[in-house]
Amino acid sequence: MKPTVADRAWSRYTSRQRWTRLAITATVVLAVSWSLSTIDIIWPWVWDAPAQIGDLFSRMVPPDFSSLDKIVWALIETLNIATIATFIAVVVSLPIAYIAAQNTTPNRATLWLGRFILVSSRSVNTLIWALLFVAIFGPGVLAGIIAIMFRSLGFLGKLIGEAIEEIDQRPVEALEATGASHAKVVLYAIVPQVIPTFFAVSVLRWDINLRESTVLGLVGAGGIGVILQGAINTLDWRTVATVLIAIIVLVIAGEAIAAWLRKKAI
Amino acid sequence: MSLTTIAVEHLSKTFGHSPVLQDVGFEIRAGERVALVGPSGSGKSTLLRHLVGLTKANRHSDSRVTVMDRCIQRRGRLARGSRAQRCRTGYIFQQFNLVGRLSVMTNVLIGRLGCMPRWRALIGRFTPEEHEMALRSLKRVGLEELAHQRANTLSGGQMQRVAIARVLMQDADIILADEPIASLDPRSAREVMDTLQRINEEDGRTIVVSLHQVDYARDYCQRAIALKHGQVYFDGPIDQLTDIRLAYLYANAELDKPHESRFPASAPTALRVAG
Ligand SMILES: Nc1ncnc2c1ncn2[C@@H]1O[C@H](COP(=O)(O)OP(=O)(O)OP(=O)(O)O)[C@@H](O)[C@H]1O
Ligand SMILES: [Mg+2]
Repeated sequence: MKPTVADRAWSRYTSRQRWTRLAITATVVLAVSWSLSTIDIIWPWVWDAPAQIGDLFSRMVPPDFSSLDKIVWALIETLNIATIATFIAVVVSLPIAYIAAQNTTPNRATLWLGRFILVSSRSVNTLIWALLFVAIFGPGVLAGIIAIMFRSLGFLGKLIGEAIEEIDQRPVEALEATGASHAKVVLYAIVPQVIPTFFAVSVLRWDINLRESTVLGLVGAGGIGVILQGAINTLDWRTVATVLIAIIVLVIAGEAIAAWLRKKAI
Repeated sequence: MSLTTIAVEHLSKTFGHSPVLQDVGFEIRAGERVALVGPSGSGKSTLLRHLVGLTKANRHSDSRVTVMDRCIQRRGRLARGSRAQRCRTGYIFQQFNLVGRLSVMTNVLIGRLGCMPRWRALIGRFTPEEHEMALRSLKRVGLEELAHQRANTLSGGQMQRVAIARVLMQDADIILADEPIASLDPRSAREVMDTLQRINEEDGRTIVVSLHQVDYARDYCQRAIALKHGQVYFDGPIDQLTDIRLAYLYANAELDKPHESRFPASAPTALRVAG
């Protein structure tokens, strides 16, 4: 017998949904407790942590500003890595987004090629890309720029590609009805619709890249991280403090510029 | 005026399993003002889209669409060069299909893209003559003060008139309008229809307009083609599309198949009146 509407109103889920929910909850609890049990925590070190923090802090104060000029220079280098890499990535990501979007890609093969590029770029972390390119190009800024660029490609290409897929098809059809060629349709019906997303996504990525390029130095790929790494290795904690302050200032400034650009573009 | 501009022969179209157009055929002469009427879902938009090749007819049918002596599609295949041919046919969409983020002016200039050299289109260079022509088109639809406003800030009636200006810019000999007044208030609707009528009378352009409101068809068109269930139900002078015939046209429109029992035995399934 089918339940009446009144009966159904009383239970929020069907019994099948209830069982599914129960199964999901149990799986999550099991997974969390299992993963906690596999972590090797050395508890004495954990209890020790507050004292260690205090100790570290006392060694960091007062920050050592004696090598400030070197730090400022490294900051500029960091900024340049982020900006140049973002710029190249933005340009290169456009054709990739074009072939990775279902409604503009020329054929199946290009669609899969585009998606493959996006996925491979996105599935590898910037630091791993950096390790790879340091091995290829040697340590330095170039490896950092290329690493950041590769990682950004996937991000930009995916978001811009999705924007292309979500455009209003009606202007496209209108232009096709005027007899405009494919390139003209793209330029006049698709590009204007994608431009806002394009700017927003590019600025967002620049902001992310600024933060990512501060750690590149840890694997030798240039930027402020190189100084940070050196200072940590020589236990020069007062310089470490200066570098951390410098990074915070840089990131905040980047955030402010990004917010301003975003407002400007929209 | 006896020159045939649009000729449709044996046009059939099936989407999935539902036949939307069945063996449609008619001819339209240059300078005519034709109303395309019929209940919702009868295939008016689909028919108009076939005329510019936005939709292709069934394969394996003997269909043929000819516009101004050039084949657009035949047996469900687009003819070579039919894309270039499109710039001679203006198309007005029910939802205007403007590019919202571009200015009114650019939207009008876009009408020219079809017959512009590629390099000039790609770097966005419109000549002063083209700008002048766009302004003149806007003036004809009464929107010249809004030239620099963004298209998505306009009202529905204004958008539709921009779409008409875009078609004027195209300088096409034939204008196909798919329910150009469906989403407009009566006053804007009159404005749009008046504009279309002026274009027809002053420039001698052929106009085919699909309409839901038969009153407008009677006021503005000389000839009507009525579709019902994808077939030509009536084709002739508008004054012969009498109320009785209209009643039959719209009767049982919401059903998929004609409900024979509701019709008198002698009910005409297709009327063709000598034009
Ligand atoms: N691309 C498509 N895919 C599948 N079915 C379609 C497609 N386009 C149109 N149809 C179907 O074809 C039929 C006719 O549609 P069409 O838009 O031509 O009707 P219409 O006469 O213009 O109706 P209206 O007056 O409501 O605009 C409808 O049943 C519609 O669902
Ligand atoms: Mg329609």
